[in-house]
Amino acid sequence: MAELTYREAVAAGIAQEMARDERVVFLGEDIGAAGGVFKATVGLFERFGPRRVRDTPISEQAIIGAAMGAAMTGLRPIAEIMFSDFFGVCWDMIANEIAKTRYMTNGQISLPLVIRTANGAGSRFGAQHSQSVENWAMAIPGLKVVAPSTPADVKALIAAAVRDPDPVIVFEHKSLYAVKGEVPDGETVDTLGSAKVLHPGKDCTIAALALMVPRALEAAARLQSEHGISCEVIDLRSLVPLDTRTLLASVEKTARLYTVEENPRLCGWGAEIASIVAEEGFWNLDAPICRITTPHIPLPAADRLEDATIPSVDRIVETVRRTMD
Amino acid sequence: MNLRERRKRRDAASAYSTPQEATENDSMTALDQPRPLSAADDDIGREKRLRMFRLLLELRLTEKRAYDLFLQNLVKGTSHLSLGQEAVAAGFALGMRRDDYTFCTYRGHAHTLARGAPMSGVLGELMGRECGVTAGKGGSMHLTSVEHGAMGSYAIVGAHLPVACGAAWSAQYRGTDQVTACFFGDGTTNIGAFHEALNFAAVWKLPVVFVCENNLYMEYTPIGTVTAVEHPAADRAAAYGLARTIVDGNDADAVFRTASAAFARARAGQGPALIEAMTYRHSGHSRADPAQYRPKGELDEWLKRDPIKIYRERLVSLGFPEVDLGAIEADTERRVNEATEAAKASPPPPLTLIEKDLWADGGVAWRN
Ligand SMILES: Cc1ncc(C[n+]2csc(CCOP(=O)(O)OP(=O)(O)O)c2C)c(N)n1
Ligand SMILES: [Mg+2]
Repeated sequence: MAELTYREAVAAGIAQEMARDERVVFLGEDIGAAGGVFKATVGLFERFGPRRVRDTPISEQAIIGAAMGAAMTGLRPIAEIMFSDFFGVCWDMIANEIAKTRYMTNGQISLPLVIRTANGAGSRFGAQHSQSVENWAMAIPGLKVVAPSTPADVKALIAAAVRDPDPVIVFEHKSLYAVKGEVPDGETVDTLGSAKVLHPGKDCTIAALALMVPRALEAAARLQSEHGISCEVIDLRSLVPLDTRTLLASVEKTARLYTVEENPRLCGWGAEIASIVAEEGFWNLDAPICRITTPHIPLPAADRLEDATIPSVDRIVETVRRTMD
Repeated sequence: MNLRERRKRRDAASAYSTPQEATENDSMTALDQPRPLSAADDDIGREKRLRMFRLLLELRLTEKRAYDLFLQNLVKGTSHLSLGQEAVAAGFALGMRRDDYTFCTYRGHAHTLARGAPMSGVLGELMGRECGVTAGKGGSMHLTSVEHGAMGSYAIVGAHLPVACGAAWSAQYRGTDQVTACFFGDGTTNIGAFHEALNFAAVWKLPVVFVCENNLYMEYTPIGTVTAVEHPAADRAAAYGLARTIVDGNDADAVFRTASAAFARARAGQGPALIEAMTYRHSGHSRADPAQYRPKGELDEWLKRDPIKIYRERLVSLGFPEVDLGAIEADTERRVNEATEAAKASPPPPLTLIEKDLWADGGVAWRN
């Protein structure tokens, strides 16, 4: 075991896969000599050279399109989009081209590619550099979507994404890059579509993703110690494929479900989860499902406003306590 | 505006704004007077010329058949024909190797056929039949035949230019000398993806040849009324450090020569090319378009320069026996008839296809 930051674990995951497979190539803006604007790709350029780690112009459509064309002709590209908000300028490539090509061509074309991006709030960057857009990606058939919450997970899920034969979007969370955690030594590869029960409990289930996972865990600890409420915290890790089995099994045990979502309210991933549990776990429920989300607004920049906007530990504790009465 | 007028305007403009003089590839002069045939015409050779003639006919007759099949309500949905533009598809395809890649648009029937996709697969796709090249899942605008190097038809204007860059990058990275050809219309030069892709390809020196088929109209709007320069592709080439190349897109030999030169440079690692082929579509933009917006007489002028008529006359004047040409025509007609019958006989796709092949495991599951 080594202690790595989340950003170091990103680079470690990419390096592990590039060292293993010559077909893995990496492209994006400022990812090479500069090591990425979040310093999540430091060392890759020095180790693998400019042929495999390629800086691009500020051309998001060209970056994603090039990854797609390379993937359909034998490579396994990893493309970086600096901020997930910039998906807006290459959404055609992601949603119309990459997601649909395998289906439309009746399976003639496979697209084994990874799009990595920095997602989420907490940096006081304002509404165009702070969004959580995992629900955009989840809404498009043909995209796999993961959002790891720990250094160990981000390394091993990037590895799984690179090895997966389909397009995978990896949402890294900006506010997690500096977080440290134990990462197993040697090669690590995870499984897409598996949730993890991080904290067992019996009174309610809290499903969370990315930055909301450490907050849910902290809230669970406080709910236990301050209010005697035992929460089961599930890190979904992957939205597509979605591990509904782990989720439904947990709700069967606890009879209550909370989602903690950073995405804005409407059509957030929790809405889909709530609908699945309502359809398939309804008779196990003792109370209405409750979604804790960012309100349906663009994100404000000022620290005081931003902190009050996205779900906090206090908000989770308060909501659970109030609704469990 | 006919070609003669366009050329005059361009020449006038070039007095103060030509970034790079027209290259030898610029065969626009050939449009104005029939060029006397000379020894230089032997560069293409008898065998290739006959293949070209056969290919031109295949494209023409298959698309005419597609049109007839609409009228019989056997082709559903939309359809964008390349009638009149066949020399671009044929001239480029003949310059390509089996393992080269083609990317094209919704107006892609000719490009897909030209790479060798079966006529029955193309007609079947338009008719929504199981024998279609994508078994009815893609439809008219998404013809794809990877085994023939036809890497897809893309229906969002401009989207496939970056994708073509990726295929070219892959060939460059793998150290093969495969080239990628990417076809699009004049209207496509005004979307961002065009400019991103051109710059990207130039900076990375990718083996990709971008081909703008300038048929003078986007959908219904004349391209000149929405574009800041006279030649939507060629006049922008300098911005990406590329040569200004215009070719008569109705002269299959001229297209073939231009294509071969660009492919040779790309294979040799000398980077991308941007070629503007002047041409014209004989029918409307799509099946729904009667093309009323075209000035009276414009179509007639272009019909005089029908690429198939031009090619046949050239072959005759080069001494190809009339009976040989007639035999090719009859044979092609017969093959299109056979393909039509095969497509008609093919059943509609099975409903099991709906939930198939979203993922590489063949399925569509998003949960456990
Ligand atoms: C992004 C986008 N905008 C608009 C359209 C609708 N559309 C389809 S074809 C077309 C015209 C394209 O013109 P051009 O590039 O000249 O190609 P042509 O049809 O003449 O071959 C338009 C506007 C589209 N498919 N995609
Ligand atoms: Mg056009």
